[in-house]
Amino acid sequence: MFKIIKKEKLNESVTRLIVEAPHIARAARPGNFVVVIPAENAERIPLTIADADKERGTISIIFQIVGATTRVLDSLKVGDEIAHLLGPLGVPSHIAKYGTVVVIGGGVGIAEIYPAVKALKSAGNKVIAIIGARCKDLLIFEKELRTESSELKITTDDGTCGRKGFVSDELKDLIASGEKIDLVIAVGPVPMMKVCCDVTKAHNIRTVVSLNPLILDATGMCGICRVTVGGKTKFACVEGPEFDGHEVDFKELTERLKAYKDVEKRADEHVCRLLSNG
Amino acid sequence: MRERSAAERIRDFQEVPLGYTPEQAIEEAKRCIQCKNPKCVGGCPVEIDITGFLKFVAEGDFASAAEKIKETNALPAICGRVCPQEDQCEKECILGVKGEPVAIGSLERFVADWERESSPRPSTRYARSGHPSPSKMERGMNFDDSRKKGVRIAVVGSGPAGLTCAGDLARLGYQVTIFESLHVTGGVLTYGIPEFRLPKAIVNLEVEYVKSLGVEIKTDMLVGNVYTIEELLKEYKAVFIGSGAGLPKFMNIPGENLDGVYSANEYLFRVNMMKAWQFPEYLTPVKIGKRVAVVGGGNVAMDSARVSLRLGAEEVTILYRRTHDEMPARKEEIERAVEEGIVFKILTLPIKYHANNEGWVSEAECIQMELGEPDSSGRRRPVEIPNSNFKIPIDTVIVAIGNSPNPLVPHRTPNLKTEKWGGVIVTAAGLTSIPGVYAGGDIVRGAATVISAMGDGKVAAKAIHSFLGPTK
Ligand SMILES: Cc1cc2nc3c(=O)[nH]c(=O)nc-3n(C[C@H](O)[C@H](O)[C@H](O)COP(=O)(O)OP(=O)(O)OC[C@H]3O[C@@H](n4cnc5c(N)ncnc54)[C@H](O)[C@@H]3O)c2cc1C
Ligand SMILES: Cc1cc2nc3c(=O)[nH]c(=O)nc-3n(C[C@H](O)[C@H](O)[C@H](O)COP(=O)(O)OP(=O)(O)OC[C@H]3O[C@@H](n4cnc5c(N)ncnc54)[C@H](O)[C@@H]3O)c2cc1C
Ligand code: SF4
Ligand code: SF4
Ligand code: FES
Repeated sequence: MFKIIKKEKLNESVTRLIVEAPHIARAARPGNFVVVIPAENAERIPLTIADADKERGTISIIFQIVGATTRVLDSLKVGDEIAHLLGPLGVPSHIAKYGTVVVIGGGVGIAEIYPAVKALKSAGNKVIAIIGARCKDLLIFEKELRTESSELKITTDDGTCGRKGFVSDELKDLIASGEKIDLVIAVGPVPMMKVCCDVTKAHNIRTVVSLNPLILDATGMCGICRVTVGGKTKFACVEGPEFDGHEVDFKELTERLKAYKDVEKRADEHVCRLLSNG
Repeated sequence: MRERSAAERIRDFQEVPLGYTPEQAIEEAKRCIQCKNPKCVGGCPVEIDITGFLKFVAEGDFASAAEKIKETNALPAICGRVCPQEDQCEKECILGVKGEPVAIGSLERFVADWERESSPRPSTRYARSGHPSPSKMERGMNFDDSRKKGVRIAVVGSGPAGLTCAGDLARLGYQVTIFESLHVTGGVLTYGIPEFRLPKAIVNLEVEYVKSLGVEIKTDMLVGNVYTIEELLKEYKAVFIGSGAGLPKFMNIPGENLDGVYSANEYLFRVNMMKAWQFPEYLTPVKIGKRVAVVGGGNVAMDSARVSLRLGAEEVTILYRRTHDEMPARKEEIERAVEEGIVFKILTLPIKYHANNEGWVSEAECIQMELGEPDSSGRRRPVEIPNSNFKIPIDTVIVAIGNSPNPLVPHRTPNLKTEKWGGVIVTAAGLTSIPGVYAGGDIVRGAATVISAMGDGKVAAKAIHSFLGPTK
């Protein structure tokens, strides 16, 4: 089970894997994620299902190498098996005909918006995609999103591709241009999602964000994924990960994501040592 | 029973009690006066023939004792260790009126351990003892074997409820598949109760035994998301839901979402399941501070406190809003926690957590309580003493005030009726509001016990058998 069929480096730190998992492919919906345990001693980490092929019985996951467990996952080769894969998890995105939807992806979040863009487009929406990364080399999915969206806007922090600036700048201009926007979806780093929400809140545009808190069991048992939304505690793994961005306590989320930063570094050093020793 | 000293045992995760020697077991079993109308049996949720097994132990015939127990209880090594005996069988023992009741639980444990050690392979072990040969359950039913062939049944969850139900159904000849959402089997027996109270080797052996009966276990399968109950019913003739408790309760007080505040489930899951105590060989971390506060007074709270001690915490304090007498934990474990140096702050209720500059929890603000009138459970209700606030410095908080039934399957199964508090509603036979769908254990009772979960699994297996078997 869970054999790696294809492996592709999208850029220096982002990898795409296509993995055999027929039961997950069959049930997956846009917005769902999986929990991956690449090897028996690794952590349970959440990754969005970037694509699912029901016929072939495969799913694809796209991940950025940021620490120990993503590094272990990246060390696997075509033909290897992922130790454990659980999914589909979370509440799927609500796909409907809204009118005009702006879908924003930042960094590896670009991969995460791809299924939503496709589904929203075929539900009859005008879909404007805004994607951003630090530089041109880190941009992913440009070609795919260009075909799937009605309009694609690109920003880079250093101006090496598209507009120099942030995705939120592009969003501001779009609103200023008088485009009637019915829904905004923003997926990416917490600061990016927060800024996008600040922008849309001023104009009262409904905004959905996909939160990325720490995750352990992902079945609603441990409570680590709790986030405060509208003053209430929500378990993101079973009640999310998508929430009304205007209600999310981003400050708390930022703090909670830091909880293991120092020890995670030790784990990463450990894995680096093991991998370099072959 | 012999125990390892507190000083020795808090340095590792090995078991605390060492168990009886055969001589001690015989001596203890001889204390049983073999009542004609044994009260103890009525206190056991699975009605073990206690008089019968104690008689064999007293005679030194441990093999027959084991066989006797297994007529009604497939997991004696587990129950002997974790049953709240003082509220069940031993509470009813007639000798308890004037003195000490017979140590039924410890004797059950002894017999199971003796059997395991004298016949290490589960298949031969059970074959020899004819597990169970045939059980009371099977004797009560005439069932034509040929009809069971190919009748498939799905079980959701591999905790004690699911394992017991699956085992009983497999022994009746059904083809059973367990769907387990985690990557490891056993439910709370694996991810919750720590090694020093319930060695995982014992849990694994029981799981292996259930597998040896032909039960297929599929891990990494979240029912509700991968397959709905409705979809399962297309492939399987009946479904048993044993998905247990989930959703940790919090007190909803300020500061509960600070870094350093764990739910007991998260904490124990990291340690027991993800082996965080072997970090970084295992990549899941756990951060245990110097001063740990555990909120609650049940088994989960005792386990969290004692795990913290073993992970190197210097001071571990239990904050409990009532008194020792009201603590729901097993008496033995409270005593062991005290011996190990856990500090008990009773009549104490945390009302707010404060943070240091880095957003990490640094103080628990508490209020002093006193006992008032009895509440609906008959326990005296704790009431706050006004203006009695005080602060204790801590760097880790573990909230162990209970779990609600796991809501995932009910959420994805619109016709499944539940109580307001989340428990799945069942008949006395374990039948839910959906024909062919049964449930038991913590998903029905809320947080309960291993033995009641097993009892439910048994009842449901029997009900499923009469639903499918004789008439069809
Ligand atoms: C529902 C959900 C879907 C996700 N989908 C994707 C995806 O499709 N692709 C992808 O690359 N990542 C995704 N993530 C984030 C991904 O799970 C983390 O990057 C991963 O867990 C890191 O594991 P690690 O052991 O390699 O790094 P760690 O050592 O755990 O972390 C390394 C660094 O990353 C930070 N970090 C850890 N977890 C997160 C997180 N959840 N969000 C932000 N920062 C974090 C840590 O604080 C640390 O600084 C998703 C997260 C969630 C909750
Ligand atoms: C720390 C701790 C200590 C305890 N100590 C004691 C004690 O000393 N004595 C005692 O009698 N009781 C004790 N208990 C309580 C006891 O463990 C439970 O009452 C018992 O395990 C309940 O059994 P169960 O089979 O109903 O559920 P669980 O043991 O919770 O098993 C449920 C299983 O179902 C799986 N599952 C959930 N949802 C799904 C799904 N959708 N699809 C597939 N699988 C799913 C879960 O992953 C889990 O493996 C303790 C509990 C805890 C947490
Ligand atoms: S199963 Fe539990 S209640 Fe029953 S006899 Fe054994 S210890 Fe007592
Ligand atoms: S009640 Fe006590 S003394 Fe009587 S049979 Fe049971 S264990 Fe023996
Ligand atoms: S990850 Fe454990 S409850 Fe959500």
